[in-house]
Amino acid sequence: MARPGVRVADSKKINSELFTLTYGALVSQLLKDYENAEDVNRQLDRMGYNIGVRIIEDFLARTSTARCTDMKDTAEKIQSAFKMYLGVNPTVTSWSPASDEFSLLFDQNPMTEFVELPESCLSLKYCNLFCGIIRGACEMVQLEVTSWFVQDSLKGDPTTELRVKFVKKLEDAMPAGED
Amino acid sequence: MSSLKLKTTILDRSISKGKNEVSLNGFALLFSEIVQYCQNRVSTVPELQAKLSEFGQQVGIRMLDLLIVREKNGKREIKLLQILIFIKSTVWKSLFGKEADKLEHANDDDHTYYLIEKESLVNRFISVPKDKGNLNCAAFSAGIIEGILNTSNFPAKVTVHWHKGTTYMIKFDESVIVRDKQLEGR
Repeated sequence: MARPGVRVADSKKINSELFTLTYGALVSQLLKDYENAEDVNRQLDRMGYNIGVRIIEDFLARTSTARCTDMKDTAEKIQSAFKMYLGVNPTVTSWSPASDEFSLLFDQNPMTEFVELPESCLSLKYCNLFCGIIRGACEMVQLEVTSWFVQDSLKGDPTTELRVKFVKKLEDAMPAGED
Repeated sequence: MSSLKLKTTILDRSISKGKNEVSLNGFALLFSEIVQYCQNRVSTVPELQAKLSEFGQQVGIRMLDLLIVREKNGKREIKLLQILIFIKSTVWKSLFGKEADKLEHANDDDHTYYLIEKESLVNRFISVPKDKGNLNCAAFSAGIIEGILNTSNFPAKVTVHWHKGTTYMIKFDESVIVRDKQLEGR
């Protein structure tokens, strides 16, 4: 895809409204197809995972960062990725005592720009795509994490809080037949 | 649960200025997931394009309201050529960063117009394998046009073709042409 000799230093940007409305069309289509918020949440997580495993390559290509040494590094990288891809600046807070869990607080989120959740969809996790993306991206760099939403401004909470927890480091499995 | 606290609805917030930007790569990945999702639910290329067009219509319907309020001061277009120019310039500029390249009228058919762009933004990172034949994922953008036209009361069918880049063929209903001729005659 990349042509030799052509290096795009700065990424091309598009209007966030196209992104917002496209994501909204996706979620509403999923709701129509699955009719059940739990299934939609799962589907969004799965799609996010697929995006995550590809977006990590793009992220690494554009930032050429080194491997993270601990979760604090990881948190910073995730924070800068949000800035790069969505133009938002989440704050990293609420570290657990073992420094393996942290929260990202979003005071604004382009994905929910024109969104209102009706009463019938209160168990829908509208931004579940993020959880999948983080999970997929980290898995590609040998980190197993789980992420979930603690607070969601679409449901009346003051802010949107996404919590990420380190589970374990993944070892590269050697292909069978090699030592 | 929240009935006691005063909920500010989305309509209480001021309208966004539309100047925020997100990365194209992020959008491309999201769009790729959408195409894959549609692909899993259909079996032919025309059905896939139809599904993508449906997504586009959802986007178009909402973009119309937003742009009319923000750019046109609430004044909606009632003439055919005006709405086409609105789509070619305002809508395209707002969604894709630049105007569409050409707007043409079919020589032999007064119901048909063509909107042409050399390179479609949504197709930027998409390569179509041979077994998918004529698939053009800009059916999504065709859906945007169709959503806008149908909601503005210019019922039409919009299809996408590989011609001079990407061409959107807009076929208006008879009623639209008749009405427009009457308007002009006044």
